[in-house]
Amino acid sequence: MDKDDREKIEKHLRKIEFSSFIQDGDTFHVKLTEEGKLTLKTQAVEQAVETIRNRLDQFGLSEPTVAKSGEDKILVELPGVKNQADEQRARDLIAKSAQLFLMAVDEVHQQKVSVTSEVQAKAWGDLLLPDADDQNIKYLVREIPILEGSRLTGANVGFNDMQQPVISFQLDSIGAEIFGNFTGKNVGNHLAIVLDGRVFSAPVINERIGGGSGQISGNFQLSEAQDLAIALRSGALLAPVNLLEKRSIGPSLGADSIKHALIALISGFIIVVIFMNFYYGRAGTISNIALISNTFIILTVMSIFGATLTLPGMAGIVLTIGMAVDANVIINERIRELLQEGKTLTKAIEDGYERAMTAIIDSNFTTIIAAVVLYVYGNGPIKGFAITLTVGILASMLTAILGTRGFYEAILHNIKDGKKYFGLKG
Amino acid sequence: MELIGKLKIYRFMAKSKLFASISLLLIISSIYLLATKGLNFGIDFVGGTIIQIKYVGEAPINKIRDLIETNEILAGGSVTEFGSSDEVVIRIRNSVSDLKNDLGDTVRETLKNSGEFEIRRVDMVGAKVGSELREKGISSLLLVFIGILIYVSIRFEWRFALASIIALFHDLIIALGFLSFFSVEVNLDALAAMLTLLGYSINDTIIVFDRIREGLVKYKGLALAPIVDEAVSRTISRTTLTSLLTWFVVATLFFFGGEIIYGFSFVLFIGIIVGTYSSIFIASPIVIWLKFSVEGYRRALAEKEKREKEQQEMREMYGSPL
Repeated sequence: MDKDDREKIEKHLRKIEFSSFIQDGDTFHVKLTEEGKLTLKTQAVEQAVETIRNRLDQFGLSEPTVAKSGEDKILVELPGVKNQADEQRARDLIAKSAQLFLMAVDEVHQQKVSVTSEVQAKAWGDLLLPDADDQNIKYLVREIPILEGSRLTGANVGFNDMQQPVISFQLDSIGAEIFGNFTGKNVGNHLAIVLDGRVFSAPVINERIGGGSGQISGNFQLSEAQDLAIALRSGALLAPVNLLEKRSIGPSLGADSIKHALIALISGFIIVVIFMNFYYGRAGTISNIALISNTFIILTVMSIFGATLTLPGMAGIVLTIGMAVDANVIINERIRELLQEGKTLTKAIEDGYERAMTAIIDSNFTTIIAAVVLYVYGNGPIKGFAITLTVGILASMLTAILGTRGFYEAILHNIKDGKKYFGLKG
Repeated sequence: MELIGKLKIYRFMAKSKLFASISLLLIISSIYLLATKGLNFGIDFVGGTIIQIKYVGEAPINKIRDLIETNEILAGGSVTEFGSSDEVVIRIRNSVSDLKNDLGDTVRETLKNSGEFEIRRVDMVGAKVGSELREKGISSLLLVFIGILIYVSIRFEWRFALASIIALFHDLIIALGFLSFFSVEVNLDALAAMLTLLGYSINDTIIVFDRIREGLVKYKGLALAPIVDEAVSRTISRTTLTSLLTWFVVATLFFFGGEIIYGFSFVLFIGIIVGTYSSIFIASPIVIWLKFSVEGYRRALAEKEKREKEQQEMREMYGSPL
């Protein structure tokens, strides 16, 4: 290696982002910086999110959500997966790395492939790859690929002469040029089409292939070929994905548990309503109107948010009823107290609301602190619970403080016996 | 109707040592239970897989147990009835990180001769995710504590904030003690319930503190203990009423909500009782024991008023900038 070569190499190495290199005689050690590693990692995750989203969108499920979660995790939610086969296909789509390489077969050593070890292959600058259909058939291909899947502009399912599904792909202009040049120089040699580390076919190059299109054939099922085409179109995953957490709920279980929770919700609600009426008399009825409006507000806001009514979400509503009652109870107790002290109804209502206010605001605000932490730290269903709780608390403050107050002011002149109205003995 | 007729001032503070002893006893037994028996962590926190299966007719539990031993991944799993006799849950400590193989399939294949069944739920949490969730759970609890500490310090005084946090620890430890005693599975839902419980308990505590704050201003010259007695007496009907109503709702959830939200409703079922108790009988005495100075608070309040008055006068003298 002379000085010119060295300079050329150095120039090239400098172009690699986020890296440093040390020269040791004729050897160069290239190292990624910490920043570089982090950038690469982030990019890989973001690319994976994008790729998985693309794939699932094309798969045709109702509303898949794919989101980055934490530093290196991806959360995929698939509502409406009806059967096992669909789930399996969706999972395969997520996991398929879909790395396509067009590689040159090492014509010099290929005859000796059956007696070649991986170590030997590496020494020759080759890779030892298995055939897609038969693990026992091996190929020796040059380590550096001619083209990679990132040069693809399209991939579609077609049929070959034997009516078997094949995947035809198109390359972009640069890819087409490289492919044309390579095939032109290597007529008579073999070209290996490698997908995810397996050789799907290794046809002989008969002539220069211009136009930049090619075909992957194998023993595909139609659905398999379709999914593969989707995966190729949406691009390869830069990094392998592992399954860390999976939760699936069958449609019947979902319906079952929602039925249970609904029964609990309604019966709890009825108990509260009866009790309020019994305890506070007419004033209890007004509280109940506030309570019912409150429930409707929660349901409305939740449907605006597009929240699905999950089990924890329902539990959130159940608990919010308790909170909503609380604001009413605090106010009513205050008014009762003032009435017992001998205040007039108008004065009692005015002072009662005012004094109850600080207690309601302070107590609800601290609960909201807990709800916000739940939202930030929780996963899917718990997030739903936190949203319901927060919305419920805000709605209860609105209905209990403003709603009922307006009510009383509107009907104040009709109330004859204030104490009786608030369920007190005369 | 009235729960507690005309206002009686109960002398709670005179009995505060008794309540404290009861709580101390409960806390010590809870800590003992947690240290010796520990918590029954679900897969959410330790990793593993849960498979819920519903059979047509009664589930052949013994046959299922025999069959899963024939599979190397499922072997060693526990099979228990879930809610009714036709549903079972298989719990295994393993998780499979390969997206291509599904444990649901493995189970379907292994149990295919055990009768007609439907797999209703497959939850799998990797061990790494489990430990992360556990850390997240603990840090979320800490964050709630810090948030409440800051808010209550601003709205009341630091001793009130500290007292409310001590009361929350009290509730949390006792609730955990009950979870341990009844070997209830601790999962994400139970954690959510725990956080909700903290929200409820602090809510009740603040209502009492609010009355104390009011009393401090209203009854100038009165010592702290009688003010606390008055505040607790005045709020006791509200607190019991609200808690009772909420507890009714939770009780329906506990008894009719089904097995799947058992962890959630259990924590609140116990927690609301403990939380209400601590808000009424524990939080306020702690404020006294922390040597909250009534004079100091009134002085600070008077100074604040004076400052505001001065500012008001200044504004009147020089005219409002608006």
